[in-house]
Amino acid sequence: MASKLEIKEDKMLEVQFVGDDDVLNHILDREGGAKLKKERAQLLVNTKKIIKKPEYDFDLEEDDQEVLKDRNYVEVLGRDIQESLKNGSATDGESKVYSFQNRKHSEKMAKLASELAKTPRKSDSVSLKNDPEIMINIPQSSKEHSASDRVELKNEKSELQSITPCSLRKRLIVSRSHSDSESEYSASNSEDGEGIAQEYEEDTSTVVLSQKMDTQNRVVSAPDCKETPSKKIKRDKRSKLVEEYFEAHSSSKVLTSDRTLQKLRRAKLDQQTLHNLLSTVSPSFSSELKQLNQQYEKLFHKWMLQLRLGFNIVLYGLGSKRDLLERFRTSMLQDSTHVVINGFFPGISVKSVLNSITEEVLDYMGTFQSVLDQLEWIINKFKEDSSLELFLLIHNLDSQMLRGDKSQQIIGQLSSLHNIYLIASIDHLNAPLMWDHAKQSLYNWLWYETTTYSPYTEETSYENSLLVKQSGSLPLSSLTHVLRSLTPNARGIFRLLLKYQLDNQDNPSYIGLSFQDFYQQCREAFLVNSDLTLRAQLTEFRDHKLIRTKKGTDGVEYLSIPVDNKTLTDFLEKEEEEEA
Amino acid sequence: ASEDSKLRFETYQLIWQQMKSETERLQDELNKNLFDNLIDFLCKSYCGVQKNSRDLGCQIKLREIPTAALILGVNVTDHDLTLRSLIEALRDNVTPYVVSLQAKDGPDMKHFLQKLFSQLVDCYTVVKSKEKESVQVTQKKTYCSMDSLCSWYKTVTQHSFMKNNYNGLKEYPPVVLVLKDMESFTTRVLQDFIVISSQHLHEFPLILIFGIATSPIIIHRLLPHAVSSLLCIELFQSLSCKEHLTTVLDKLLLTTQFPFKISEKVLQVLTNIFLYHDFSIQNFIKGLQLSLLEHFFSQPLSVLCCNLPEAKRRIHFLSVNQCENIRRLPSFRRYVDNQASEKQVALLTNERFLKEETQSLLENLHIYHMNYFLVLRCLHKFTSSLPKYPLGRQIRELYCMCLEKNIWDSEEYASALQLLRMLAKDELMTILQNCINIFKSSEKYLGSTAKRIEEFLAQFQSLDADAREEEDASGSEPRGLQKTDLYHLQKSLLEMKELRTRSKKQSKFEILREKVVNFIDCLVREYLPPPETQPLHEALYFSAAQTLREHLNAAPRIALHTALNNPYYYLKNEALKSEEGCIPNTAPDICIAYKLHLECGRLINLVDWSEAFATVVTAAEKMDANSTISEEMNEIIHARFIRAVSELELLGFIKPTKRKTDHVARLTWGGC
Repeated sequence: MASKLEIKEDKMLEVQFVGDDDVLNHILDREGGAKLKKERAQLLVNTKKIIKKPEYDFDLEEDDQEVLKDRNYVEVLGRDIQESLKNGSATDGESKVYSFQNRKHSEKMAKLASELAKTPRKSDSVSLKNDPEIMINIPQSSKEHSASDRVELKNEKSELQSITPCSLRKRLIVSRSHSDSESEYSASNSEDGEGIAQEYEEDTSTVVLSQKMDTQNRVVSAPDCKETPSKKIKRDKRSKLVEEYFEAHSSSKVLTSDRTLQKLRRAKLDQQTLHNLLSTVSPSFSSELKQLNQQYEKLFHKWMLQLRLGFNIVLYGLGSKRDLLERFRTSMLQDSTHVVINGFFPGISVKSVLNSITEEVLDYMGTFQSVLDQLEWIINKFKEDSSLELFLLIHNLDSQMLRGDKSQQIIGQLSSLHNIYLIASIDHLNAPLMWDHAKQSLYNWLWYETTTYSPYTEETSYENSLLVKQSGSLPLSSLTHVLRSLTPNARGIFRLLLKYQLDNQDNPSYIGLSFQDFYQQCREAFLVNSDLTLRAQLTEFRDHKLIRTKKGTDGVEYLSIPVDNKTLTDFLEKEEEEEA
Repeated sequence: ASEDSKLRFETYQLIWQQMKSETERLQDELNKNLFDNLIDFLCKSYCGVQKNSRDLGCQIKLREIPTAALILGVNVTDHDLTLRSLIEALRDNVTPYVVSLQAKDGPDMKHFLQKLFSQLVDCYTVVKSKEKESVQVTQKKTYCSMDSLCSWYKTVTQHSFMKNNYNGLKEYPPVVLVLKDMESFTTRVLQDFIVISSQHLHEFPLILIFGIATSPIIIHRLLPHAVSSLLCIELFQSLSCKEHLTTVLDKLLLTTQFPFKISEKVLQVLTNIFLYHDFSIQNFIKGLQLSLLEHFFSQPLSVLCCNLPEAKRRIHFLSVNQCENIRRLPSFRRYVDNQASEKQVALLTNERFLKEETQSLLENLHIYHMNYFLVLRCLHKFTSSLPKYPLGRQIRELYCMCLEKNIWDSEEYASALQLLRMLAKDELMTILQNCINIFKSSEKYLGSTAKRIEEFLAQFQSLDADAREEEDASGSEPRGLQKTDLYHLQKSLLEMKELRTRSKKQSKFEILREKVVNFIDCLVREYLPPPETQPLHEALYFSAAQTLREHLNAAPRIALHTALNNPYYYLKNEALKSEEGCIPNTAPDICIAYKLHLECGRLINLVDWSEAFATVVTAAEKMDANSTISEEMNEIIHARFIRAVSELELLGFIKPTKRKTDHVARLTWGGC
């Protein structure tokens, strides 16, 4: 196999000049025109003929093209942004912000990473091997390189034909690997000097093979391909956009690597360690950030004026606005009644907002039948007594708990009162979608952009963050505590369910253990004697929130434990230890 | 900017109050016609009900509920104001029992009736308390049905029948129910209510008013035929919001009543928000209020933005700083440059002289505005009926053009003049008549112009008589057919041709028309230069369109994208400067994480992501790649990554997914 490949390579690796048109044609050909991007369609106006040429060269330039095209895309974006004068939101590049993109492969990220890593020295075109800047320190992949003896010969050849800069070649290496059907994907290509060459070598060999096959396939479907480019070009952009959308969402297959965090052996951090670690990092650009903040602080007086004149103020932009609002509060609102609402707090609700107004501000201890009654009462109170004044500061008006339609309606009605002044911040990308015309007119917003770049420390600390360990200690201890208070039989029942769940943890369609099956198993283990006993037991579990029931599609009840598998494994281990 | 801030704020308050009351007055005026018609309709149908209730035979046959469908335009938020004043008008003129319900009041029949009942009782108690009688609190929050409504109505009317003093004539005042934003009601509730109440119409005289945002067809779409046949619908159309806008502009901006003016850009922003976003007059006025506020907040010389006598008085009390401010105004500097050198020195050094000069300049500005609006209206009369509307159909478009630059330099203006030169006589005469009316409205200014136009008009009229005479004269010279040779034929043909061309040139009407067009052209050139040419215009004109748009029509998504994609835009640090929109590796963590995630498809592998992130960050820290990075350092980088990811999650770019372990899903467009 290897020798065969070599022969082929010798043939393939001849240096040839290839015109742009051909390259474009080739791209079209290869991709069937389906994955085209808008920008590329414009490039394609002149293409007419398709010429079969050795694949290798094309591939080189194809990548070149791809990169170029990406650059164009980014460039357009960047230019638009730079053109605008004062405000980030003033850019008119709306259509470009989240336009469709080419089908991306996960390797692109690694590619970009290495690109970004060396950006400060853009002009460097030194060979990869000698440039420490672009060294990527990623754990060595376990892949074995068998063809290391061919390295040198291969390198010479590729050097000869390298019209493209070195950096590009590196990109090529990374992106090649996806078409490599044999080697399992890894972004962790080892990239010290030799590794590159090896990778390069091995990749190309397989690529050639696979593309040889490609060519054959394509000959059959050639007539189709010929038609596509001209059609594509004629089609107007809009329909193309629509097509691309469905294209993008049609395939359910996800092309990402299968690596998991567990393999990485980097334990999930808990909130406290995370905080400690981050506190050691000194923020960069502190002087610029300070300047930004000072700029916003100058607006405080204006905000006060506008609030009093019946407008409400909403702050948007990247970065936590908590500190800013806090400074506003301390510097401007010391002498006036104000209520601060931390919207990011998971326990917050409109009810609690209204409660704090009735109880703390209006000193009313009575209760209300419903939230609407309470709202009405507050509104009447504020309308009757025009000397009452209240500043309402809401951090994260768009938080999970407050973004609901009803909550927004109620807060809007509050803010429309002329003696309640609302100043709020929003962070979510789609936050403005919360408000329809009616709500917007209630709120009577004035928008202020306050991009602070400050970390969202408080805001994300409550969030069930992806990588932060979910305070695992708490469920574990509560599990043990609750189970200790139970009878041995009950403990056995729970352990049955637990084991079943752990056995099925790799099954993605697992929804739980059906009651009947559970009952059967319990009977077999002599844990219960009737389904009534089991039900009683389950009720107790449910009261302690140890299990959750869910109706399946067939109407059968399924039981599961709402604790993550890691904790369960720990628990099981501990249990077994104790018993031993 | 603390110069005269108190005075400025007071002036703001004053002008805003005036403007606000003016808009309210306008609103009432515009609605008056509509309300009159509606009240008329209500009274008529009410009388019908009365008659029928007396005639027992008829009442069974007639079950149609009188209904007024009120089409109010797409902006629902503006309805409130209209309906509120409508309800007041009805209470004053028709019946004390006017109730308005919204969709959220009636999720089902029970709540609908309950709300209706409680509001009716409230109306009743208001009436009662006016009569200073003891208020009997009837059932509240109890179950109520149509029957209870009827019996309530009976007791109430008997009560007042005995007193018989509500407007002295109405024994059985109807109950008017206003349904705000009818489209949003649950159709079931509406249908049921209509069917039930039509059964009780003889004992509970109900009249419905539907507030409709879209079109009258919606009634038939919401209600099946069986139900809609129980309604006797009459359609009422409120003024279209565009006309409303035109009136508001006309009365607030195209007038010298309010000293405050806005520049072309600001006007564009405001009208664009109106036309392309919401069609809301309220919002437009809010925008105007904000511009007013911004103007008085940011421009120290806005103290002079008040009526002329007051402004003249204030000039006397201007501080040294304010005088400096005047001198710094670009328009004033231009003015100074054009003066003789002695005067220049005096203006720049002598404060008293400066103040005097400012006074006269302000007065000039005032006169400029007076003339400006007269001529503008006059020009609008000429151009608003031209084919294809080269200068716009609405006066606001024309105003925008005139504010922007010298209108006579524009192509549109040239083509408009061209078209004017082709106008027919009667058209021209009506336009002239309209112009005279405009000029007559203000005797003080441009009186001579009005006279000139009157002269033109008189000339046109006399033209009629002349033309007739001419016709007679030419007709009296019949040319007999004679035998002729070729030479003579040619000669006579030439003569005729000459005659024709000459007569074309000489047509008196054409000459006169030319004169009129030239006259208008002169007027425009003299009186419609853009305000930027006027010294001290900065004191009256608000021109910061950008801030206005930022605050009213913000684009948070783009701001977010810019901040993430191009941090240099905000953080002016050279290290962040980069070409072509790619970001340097020293950028804030979240920017790097964002940039990396853009490269991914629908799902992102967290491990790959974190490694790519670590790659970039380690490179930024300038660490030697060959030496192993300390474990501690790795930990910190990982922590930074976690923070960046959870921040992106908070911002809504990604969310956790269960489709694959340790993956997150991208939420923005693009990608796989």
